[in-house]
Amino acid sequence: MSASDHSSPLLEATDLTVRFGQVTALDGVNLVVPPGEVLALLGPNGAGKTTLVRTIATLVGPTSGNLRVRGTDVVRDPLAVRRDIGLAGQYAAVEPTMTGRENLVMTARFFGHSKIAANHAAEIVIGQLSLEEVADRRCSTYSGGQRRRLDLGASLVGAPRLLLLDEPTTGLDPAGRSEVWDTVRTLVATGTDVVLTTHYLDEANELADRVVVIDHGRVIAYGTLSELKASIGRDVIEVTLAHGAELEHVGRILRQVTANPPTLDTSARRASASATDGTIQLAATIECLHQASIAVDEIGLRRPTLEEVFLTLTFAHPNLAPTVGSSHRGRS
Amino acid sequence: MTTKTITPPSAVPGATRASLEVTRRLLRKYFRTRGLFAMGLIQSAMFLFSFRFVFGGAVHTGASSYVYFLVPGYVATIVLFTGGGIAVAVAEDRAQGFTDRLLSLPIPRRAIVLGRTIADSSTNAWTICATAAFGFLVGFRLEGSVEQGLAALGLCLLYGIVFTVVFIVMGLFAPNSQSAQGMSMIAFAFAFISSVYVPVSSMPSWLQPFAKYQPITPMVDAVRSLLVGSTSDVVLALAWSALLLTVFIPIATLRYRHA
Repeated sequence: MSASDHSSPLLEATDLTVRFGQVTALDGVNLVVPPGEVLALLGPNGAGKTTLVRTIATLVGPTSGNLRVRGTDVVRDPLAVRRDIGLAGQYAAVEPTMTGRENLVMTARFFGHSKIAANHAAEIVIGQLSLEEVADRRCSTYSGGQRRRLDLGASLVGAPRLLLLDEPTTGLDPAGRSEVWDTVRTLVATGTDVVLTTHYLDEANELADRVVVIDHGRVIAYGTLSELKASIGRDVIEVTLAHGAELEHVGRILRQVTANPPTLDTSARRASASATDGTIQLAATIECLHQASIAVDEIGLRRPTLEEVFLTLTFAHPNLAPTVGSSHRGRS
Repeated sequence: MTTKTITPPSAVPGATRASLEVTRRLLRKYFRTRGLFAMGLIQSAMFLFSFRFVFGGAVHTGASSYVYFLVPGYVATIVLFTGGGIAVAVAEDRAQGFTDRLLSLPIPRRAIVLGRTIADSSTNAWTICATAAFGFLVGFRLEGSVEQGLAALGLCLLYGIVFTVVFIVMGLFAPNSQSAQGMSMIAFAFAFISSVYVPVSSMPSWLQPFAKYQPITPMVDAVRSLLVGSTSDVVLALAWSALLLTVFIPIATLRYRHA
């Protein structure tokens, strides 16, 4: 029997380490995630996000340490964990020669539903994911977004308490991405806990309550989005110019005032820099711009974006890849 | 049934139900993939035609005509030629995440192997029977009784199951589907360096020990024996089949954990 109940943490990892031969994919992860939330695992390719998801899904066993999913140990009772979870991987794991409905019924049967209950579950999921029009067509005719949605649906027919989404929108066009996002939001609204991996910062921003930043198999930051943004402790001064020609000049002003390297975006005619002392430095910047007679479209102080937080975190951490999404290890 | 929520299932599925669902998916895939159904048959007919009419004239098999030598061996080992697709399909399921999905579901691991074995053995059984019919078309006739012929066919169908399991294991060890295709060529070597196409005695002496003692030769010779009412090599052939199944089924089941 499963020891899980509503008060157990969604995830509880203690010194969780997973090695594949010489490669250490997870390196002593400690993490307690409360239930009732959407958690995003964020990190460059090869950071260990997928390995963590596969360990939660009992596809990979810990080399050392422990992992409990809703109170159940993944090694001691993998079957109980599998009953509780629904996994949608990086690839849409649907059978293309079967219709959407047939795929859903099949997966429902695998969860242990009777024939009638399986048909019922498929019908509900088809409605939930707005797949009515394509449900009785073979999946080989589906668009990428429809396939992913069906794959999501297949992970739902067993009424999972925890939904695991591994890069749910990788390879989708913007329309497909927003389809999947809407679906995830609907599911969250019905009370399903979600753990998703992504290397899109906007995806984490859109969907997640809490974010875990992983790199080189280690947790380098964990918290709510606003906690993470606040942890950087610095606001950003952002100047949008009327004429792009003066952008370099503005960059020099920002560097002078804030003592931080500015970021210049030529196409948006925008310059920005972190400001340790936001309001005072903002006033100083405005003064300098005024003296140099530079026409400003917009100027202001804002919280850092998740991307800026992410870059700051990965820069601050030793041995880290400098760019988001860089691939420096085969297995992710 | 008007509720809008899904009630979680009260129990996990048993091995039988899960196996049959795995089988059902694969049979649907087989019959719905255009060409798959016909391809095995065309391949089988083409090879048989070549061996019977192209190479056959150059092979000396004693008093009996080559067609009587060739057809039983060919029917018994046809799956070695057409079964590469099994290894490829297993490797593709792994690459495309389907295997991960199955492994994340609360079903017994052995159901995945069992379901696939049932499905692929069934389609192989069809190929074997059709190949036997082609055999008659190119001039093969039963020398013994119909019962003896059916016993021989039964043995061929058993081999179909054995070879299916071997190809599943190949697909599980192949790093990708292209390698799976390559690995399944190993089966060709076992088919050619055996008594299927030529008598072992016609091979160079250094090659004869391998040809004589590898499982395919006694398996094929047992089928030839049954056709003429003898039981020579039958026990050895059954023992090989049992051994291969008892080795490869657990390997497949264990390997699926790491797939």
